[in-house]
Amino acid sequence: MSATAAGLLQIALLLLLLAALYKPLGDHMARVYTSTRHLAVERAFYRVVRVDPEADQRWSTYVLSVLGLSAASVLFLYAMLRLQDHLPMSLGLTGLAPDLAWNTATSFVANTNWQSYAGESTMGFTSQMAGLAVQNFVSGAVGMAVAVAVIRGLTRRGTDRLGNFWVDLTRGIIRILLPISLVLALVLVAGGVIQNLSDTREVTTLGGAVQSIVGGPVASQEAIKLLGTNGGGFFNANSAHPFENPNALTNLLENVLILVIPVALTRTYGVMVKDKRQGYAVLTAMAVLWGAALVAVTAAEVNHPGTVPQAVGSSFEGKEVRFDVWASALFANSTTGTSTGAVNSMHASYTGAGGGAVMLNMMLGEVSPGGVGSGLYGMVVLAILAVFLAGLMVGRTPEYLGRKIGRHEISLVALSLLTMPFALLIGAAIAASSDSTRASLLNDGPQGLSEILYAFASGANNNGSAFAGLSADVPYYNTALGLAMLIGRFTTIVLVLALAGALARQTPTPATAGTLPTHRPLFVGLHAVTVVIVAGLTFFPALALGPIAVALA
Amino acid sequence: MNLVGLLRQSWAGLRVLLLFTVILGVAYPLAVTGVAQVAFGDQADGSLVSHDGEVVGSSLIGQPFDGAEWFHPRPSAAGDGYDTLASGGSNLGPESTELLATVEERRAAVAEENGVDPADVPPDAVTASGSGLDPHISPAYARLQVARVAEARGLAAVAVADLVSEHTEGRILGVLGGERVNVLELNLALEDLEAS
Repeated sequence: MSATAAGLLQIALLLLLLAALYKPLGDHMARVYTSTRHLAVERAFYRVVRVDPEADQRWSTYVLSVLGLSAASVLFLYAMLRLQDHLPMSLGLTGLAPDLAWNTATSFVANTNWQSYAGESTMGFTSQMAGLAVQNFVSGAVGMAVAVAVIRGLTRRGTDRLGNFWVDLTRGIIRILLPISLVLALVLVAGGVIQNLSDTREVTTLGGAVQSIVGGPVASQEAIKLLGTNGGGFFNANSAHPFENPNALTNLLENVLILVIPVALTRTYGVMVKDKRQGYAVLTAMAVLWGAALVAVTAAEVNHPGTVPQAVGSSFEGKEVRFDVWASALFANSTTGTSTGAVNSMHASYTGAGGGAVMLNMMLGEVSPGGVGSGLYGMVVLAILAVFLAGLMVGRTPEYLGRKIGRHEISLVALSLLTMPFALLIGAAIAASSDSTRASLLNDGPQGLSEILYAFASGANNNGSAFAGLSADVPYYNTALGLAMLIGRFTTIVLVLALAGALARQTPTPATAGTLPTHRPLFVGLHAVTVVIVAGLTFFPALALGPIAVALA
Repeated sequence: MNLVGLLRQSWAGLRVLLLFTVILGVAYPLAVTGVAQVAFGDQADGSLVSHDGEVVGSSLIGQPFDGAEWFHPRPSAAGDGYDTLASGGSNLGPESTELLATVEERRAAVAEENGVDPADVPPDAVTASGSGLDPHISPAYARLQVARVAEARGLAAVAVADLVSEHTEGRILGVLGGERVNVLELNLALEDLEAS
């Protein structure tokens, strides 16, 4: 079979698996978040931690719970990383420096998993398991909880209550993330991913060299790393590392894990708003963006324009033989279209157009299909902007699912859409303007600017993948990227929860002949175009100086 | 926003976090480790490979091979090459003059040591992988090394070529990933062939 036919079938297989999981998982998640019954284990959990599962929270209390948990998480993780040398199973590694511990703590709490460090030479097993992997679960469940609160904003009427954050968080972990991770971790081990607590041991290789065999509880972390769209690798090479991703079959499963919750949440959305067509419409807009980007990345990588790829005869620098070009491009598109950021090949060595396309994926705001929860609420915000624009064109009061989009609502939408570009562009501008910060670049010229832009796009969008040429483990990048990640994540969450609060207060107006239907192809197109226009207007100048200049070189 | 409310929620958050740390950070990974060790012990421990009773590495992790008598792996950017404590790629971009020079140098070296036309050197032979630990090479790069390895070992070229064919793995399910040859397994088979 030709590489092209195999590559296309590979994509078809991925879509088939997602299609099969879409309804059962989406319906399951809808039940999880709407059920009035608590599991026995959950009731015990609430008793031990002394939270009241029956409290129905105002949007502002919901926000405080999110921020409170996240603040506690940053402090706890920071302390753990600083004091690593006192923890068991730390492999003799030292505590992290203050700026690196700050960067790593904010990064994992903000569901970003940007890594300024190399896992195998920095993190002991306790930090990985009890520190980083816990946040992989928690931060993912936070995103899903916020998305559900936003859905409640669109389904409840005349109330100021959005549900109970602690219940949404606990159910997301106990009923969704943990069971799937348990099963998939074992499947990954069966495929070759390691899962042990062994110290590094040295062996003499067949050729007479000395090589270390590294150990670690990798599979348990790998599953939730991808399922929660986190992306922080156990090892520096992330999912390109054979112990994280040993073959093309584990690679396919990891690709499914990345996409499955963000995709199935659109079903959950349709079920919860009692109009499944709304879910399909959001999914279609996501799929159009994902598909267009996939065509761009794959075409660039397969046709390999550029000086080095042309000289080599393939865009193969930074790619693994077992995945080859097609599965690398597919994974790159999934990981940047969601806010995952795991990589099975090094994006910095992609062709100019391929690297630009994955960067653009992040700059769209992580909505194709986006991170767990964050993709859905990001897409709802953009849908509201789209109805607002359509309303302006025809001179009618815009409505979304019967809710009027007035001045207060659209102000919150606008602010939330400006948050990410603010964090991205200001951080990148400061980095590009000083000699000392430019010293961290591996490549110079437009490729160097791409390294900076990619880093801040990755941080502000909570993606976490890197144009890894940048040596980011210096105080400026650690601190600034930490801030960009927190602003990108939590300012946006505060604003969308405020929006949800405002929408829940309304009494919906029944649809009339003049209402713009938001489930038809026309609106899906408008929705997708809105995403592209917002990103294009914001980032085109920066992209022109970076990846576009590389692609045209 | 009120500060007292935030502090109260942070305190609740800390309690929740601590209990989740026990469940997700201790019980979950240990449970997976326990089951994995019992059910899939070989894989869980890193798919280790032995030769003459000694562990010589992992079939999943590439290792350096120098000398004409071995099949050579791809170039590696992990440390000084195949350093498992420093996995990673070169991260050099498509317009990097440094990468261009390195690639041309590698091509000339591979062509010379195997006595082939530089134009016949496949892409994986001149590029570093993403992990720096790629255990595989393309079937084309393996075939290109057959004559040199056979000569260095005094074996018939056709026997070595057969060995390469035996160790060539197709795409999984016919569609997933790439065609490949595991270098460590091939070299082990080569040792066994010579011993027999």
